[in-house]
Amino acid sequence: MSGTEDIRALEAELSAAIAAAADEAALEAVRVEALGKKGRVSLLMRGLGAMSPEERQTMGPALNGLKDRLNAALAERKQALEQAALSAALAAERADVTLPPRPEAMGSIHPVTQVMEELAVIFSDMGFTVAEGPDIEDDFHNFTALNFPPGHPARDTQDTFFMQPRADGSQMVLRTHTSPVQIRTMMSVKPPIRIIVPGRVYRCDWDQTHTPMFHQVEGLVIDRAAHMGHLKGVLMDFIAAFFETDEVRVRFRPHYFPFTEPSAEMDVGYSRDGETLKIGAGDSWLEILGCGMVHPNVIRNCGLDPDVYQGFAWGMGVDRLAMLKYGAPDLRDFFANDVRWLAHYGFSPLLQANLATGLS
Amino acid sequence: MKFTLSWLKEHLKTSATLAEIADAMTMAGLEIEHVENPADSLAAFTVAKVIEARPHPDADKLRVCTVDTRDGIKEIVCGAPNARSGMLAVYAPLGAYMPGADFTLDAKPRKIRGVESHGMLCSAAELGLGDDHDGIIDLAGEWPVGTPAAQALGAGDAVIDFEVTPNRPDWLGVAGVARDLAAAGAGEYVTPKVEPVKGNFPCPVAISTDWAEACPVFAGRVIRGVRNGPSPDWLQKRLKAIGLRPINALVDVTNLISHDRGRPLHVYDAAKITGAIRARRGDGAADRFEALDGREYAPDESMCVIADDARALGLGGVMGGEYSGCTDATTGVFIESAWFDPVITRATGKATGIESDARRRFERGVDPGFVLPGLELATRLILDLCGGEPSEVRVAGAIPAPPADIAFPVSEVKRLTGLNLPRAEIVNILTALGFGVSGAGDVVTVSVPSWRRDCEQKADLVEEVARIHGYDRIRAVSLPRPKGRRTPTATPGQNRARAIRRMLALRGYHEAVTWSFCETAEAALFGYTQGLALANPISSELDVMRPTPFPHLLKALQENADRGAADPRLFELGPAYMTDAPDGQISVAAGVRRVLAPRHWAGARAADLFDAKADALAALAAAGAPVDSLSVAAEARGWWHPGRSGVIRLGPKTVLAEFGELHPAVLKKLGVEGRVIGFEVYPDAIPQPKRKAETKARPALVRSAFMPVRRDFAFVVDEAVTAQDVIRAAKGAERALIADVALFDVYRGKGVVEGRKSLALEAVIQPFDKTLTDAEIDAVAKKIVAAVEKATGGTLRG
Repeated sequence: MSGTEDIRALEAELSAAIAAAADEAALEAVRVEALGKKGRVSLLMRGLGAMSPEERQTMGPALNGLKDRLNAALAERKQALEQAALSAALAAERADVTLPPRPEAMGSIHPVTQVMEELAVIFSDMGFTVAEGPDIEDDFHNFTALNFPPGHPARDTQDTFFMQPRADGSQMVLRTHTSPVQIRTMMSVKPPIRIIVPGRVYRCDWDQTHTPMFHQVEGLVIDRAAHMGHLKGVLMDFIAAFFETDEVRVRFRPHYFPFTEPSAEMDVGYSRDGETLKIGAGDSWLEILGCGMVHPNVIRNCGLDPDVYQGFAWGMGVDRLAMLKYGAPDLRDFFANDVRWLAHYGFSPLLQANLATGLS
Repeated sequence: MKFTLSWLKEHLKTSATLAEIADAMTMAGLEIEHVENPADSLAAFTVAKVIEARPHPDADKLRVCTVDTRDGIKEIVCGAPNARSGMLAVYAPLGAYMPGADFTLDAKPRKIRGVESHGMLCSAAELGLGDDHDGIIDLAGEWPVGTPAAQALGAGDAVIDFEVTPNRPDWLGVAGVARDLAAAGAGEYVTPKVEPVKGNFPCPVAISTDWAEACPVFAGRVIRGVRNGPSPDWLQKRLKAIGLRPINALVDVTNLISHDRGRPLHVYDAAKITGAIRARRGDGAADRFEALDGREYAPDESMCVIADDARALGLGGVMGGEYSGCTDATTGVFIESAWFDPVITRATGKATGIESDARRRFERGVDPGFVLPGLELATRLILDLCGGEPSEVRVAGAIPAPPADIAFPVSEVKRLTGLNLPRAEIVNILTALGFGVSGAGDVVTVSVPSWRRDCEQKADLVEEVARIHGYDRIRAVSLPRPKGRRTPTATPGQNRARAIRRMLALRGYHEAVTWSFCETAEAALFGYTQGLALANPISSELDVMRPTPFPHLLKALQENADRGAADPRLFELGPAYMTDAPDGQISVAAGVRRVLAPRHWAGARAADLFDAKADALAALAAAGAPVDSLSVAAEARGWWHPGRSGVIRLGPKTVLAEFGELHPAVLKKLGVEGRVIGFEVYPDAIPQPKRKAETKARPALVRSAFMPVRRDFAFVVDEAVTAQDVIRAAKGAERALIADVALFDVYRGKGVVEGRKSLALEAVIQPFDKTLTDAEIDAVAKKIVAAVEKATGGTLRG
């Protein structure tokens, strides 16, 4: 017989079988038939030992070549089959990618909180800390120490909420302003003092532009040199930073507050563009806050000497600032807790007012 | 406080326009509330003369007028029946806005039945001056063509309304306004000095003040033989212009002086006075009288009564009585000019609810220096208007002392305002306001006028100087930045609040802000008993300080659902009140959401108490609470579902949070439908982090080089045993090696007897110094089994 011819025939047969294998099991069967322990190629190779050296010289390389080629063909076929199987599997796993994912709710931060955080950033940059105090106050902190002595007519302007009298006859009030925290701070901290005090305040008044609870932010500076020029400077710097404007037109008008002397109200210029107000410049004035030099009686009431220590204070509405900056038209909505309003006027929790990335 | 421009000009000689006066008022601290200037809406209209009025060629009812106007001779078509040659009319140019008819004339001449009309002749109604549509205005008198219509119509007096701050009773008189405006440079203060009127006979009415604190001085006099009746036209017009109703001449005089000089007076019908008049304490029911407001009052002993020997005649400084009031029949009048204490007047006003012009002035403190001039001024006016013969003036008590002098270092102006003013200017301003300045040194002595009782100390004078000089001239100076390194200013509590808010918002909750007060019945649902009720709530639904934000949050949740919101979630981080003391207020982060039927194409589960627990734990973790050291117990308070709620504690006592399903009965009482889960987190209860070390560097990370081994266990335990008990026991079995124990299955049913359950755990065993042998791992597993059995009585499930 001619060995090499037989090998060629065998190769053709096995190659055809490999190519015809429809799956990995059939391919494995071909491999065992050819190259398994008792495979046809293996048996032929086992026969090499019985051959003459001349025959072996021809048949050895021929069989080895056959084995290599079959292995390569098997590997190639295997890969092709795997690829086809994967393609088939993937084809079966097709999804409608337009279906909605599992819902995840996203909430929001209330505009009052946002504005308070913006205030903290702006004033922190000027060296102010944020102070806090209780909502239920005594007469001393809310009135008397602030130079509203008992019977003072200015007490009438405060629309005060009173608590039911205590057993001892004393009567607490809901703070009508954040100013009691001025007193608490001056009585406990040695000047220099720079604080802002955001918080809830209460007045017995409820109509389109008043709610019985609202938010104020108080500012207080006490040292040995702070004067009205600084007061104007701080507030103008604040307006520029908060309303994010280079143009700051303000007007300080004399006014009366029991706890400041001299006292002033500050107006800011604005212009109207349709429904929205542009704060900073313009021909119209908008009253925005009350302020003044801390009254010497107040400084004295806190145990400090008004000839040594001086300074200024101001107070303004946080809700109002939010309305002006962010265009919410109705104060009452701030406390109505309609999720549509909260989602629209609220802020992303990922937004954190700061100097590097901006206020909002 | 209202006044008219012409009234002001009796006290202020000025060429300033209305706008300039309003501006000067604003900058001097007299805050304008409203300026009504009839001339403004009439500015476009002027007097015109109809040279000829002839019939329209094409229309019977129209006339064509040739009119001499400010803009030259015009042809104007007019439909008024009274248009006639030679009349003076009011001319509206093309393009003018007609305030009464609310339309604007075409800017171009318009053809009316073929004749071009170059403007309009106006009726009173078209100008907004009345209802007279019958014809065009036919001006009486002689007016040059081009005269402003406001002037020709006599409609020109502007009314200014401004806010009187509580410290400035002198602004409750027009003269006081004029004084400040003059000082501010808006004109010259020309109020004439009051000349006394000599009395012809002794005052027949005896006066005494029996309560000097309430009424330190009471002056009066009688004028006999007066003829009372309606006051003259000029006086009625003046009072009406500022919204006062004329009564009769005697009463109108007192109202005039009250608004002109801020000096309240009272006039009594002398015939109704029995014996002496005295100011004294009220005597309750015995003093019952009918006041001029038609209501009865019985003044108690805290109130100052003016009485004669027979009856109470009025409440001193607040309101007079009906009985002794002046009528048209009055022929003798007793005029009272007294000074009533501001605090007592205010208390009486508040107690009686009477808001009168007298109260408004006395409670702010009227000028004690004008007690007698006020009486003399009234005498003069009454004599002028009603005739009669005045008695001598009688004065009981003593006029309160003028305010004390102030030692004023002029440097105070610079110290407090930064203004560097020459001494002369400071002196000029104070002098113009009526202060006296004496002394030549750095510290001058300032005497305070009797009408400026608000000025007590240096700062008050600084305000006067700065106010009149102009706040706008104070230079703004940025606050110098503190020296040195900038440190963060937020407190740990503030940072905690920020973190909690952000965590909850990220978890789907919208931040709400709800009222700090709620209804007592609602508060009671959440444990409130007493001590936080408001004395004067704004409504019965907001009458107590809330013990928790829950009532409002839950109701808001329902309101949102009622509006159609699919799955509203709300939280609030705000106050809750335990007592009315400063430390009785705590901060609470509360959140609520509804339990809704799950709907998702890929399958879903309904929210349950473990979602609320996860929210609470997430909030606590955000706030820096040691979440690995917390314990949970089914011991939440009564407003939670008894079986589906828990309390999260640190150690045995410190409660950090409650969570779970709200009690269905509580929800029902609040009108909330369905089930609701929620949580309350108490940020203040989280222990403060230890004081920060000098360095922010963290300790070195310890990582094991060896693979952790995971082993599963299932324990059968009694129902009463909690997952926490089993996990704790397993974790404690070999602390050095057991890194974590996680529960992954709870099974009840076949294979587990009734009343028991199977809890499946995975323990993570983490060696640090070598790979564990099987025997070593088995030893740890045995320890776990033994520990759980010992602690819980559970058995390993076979």
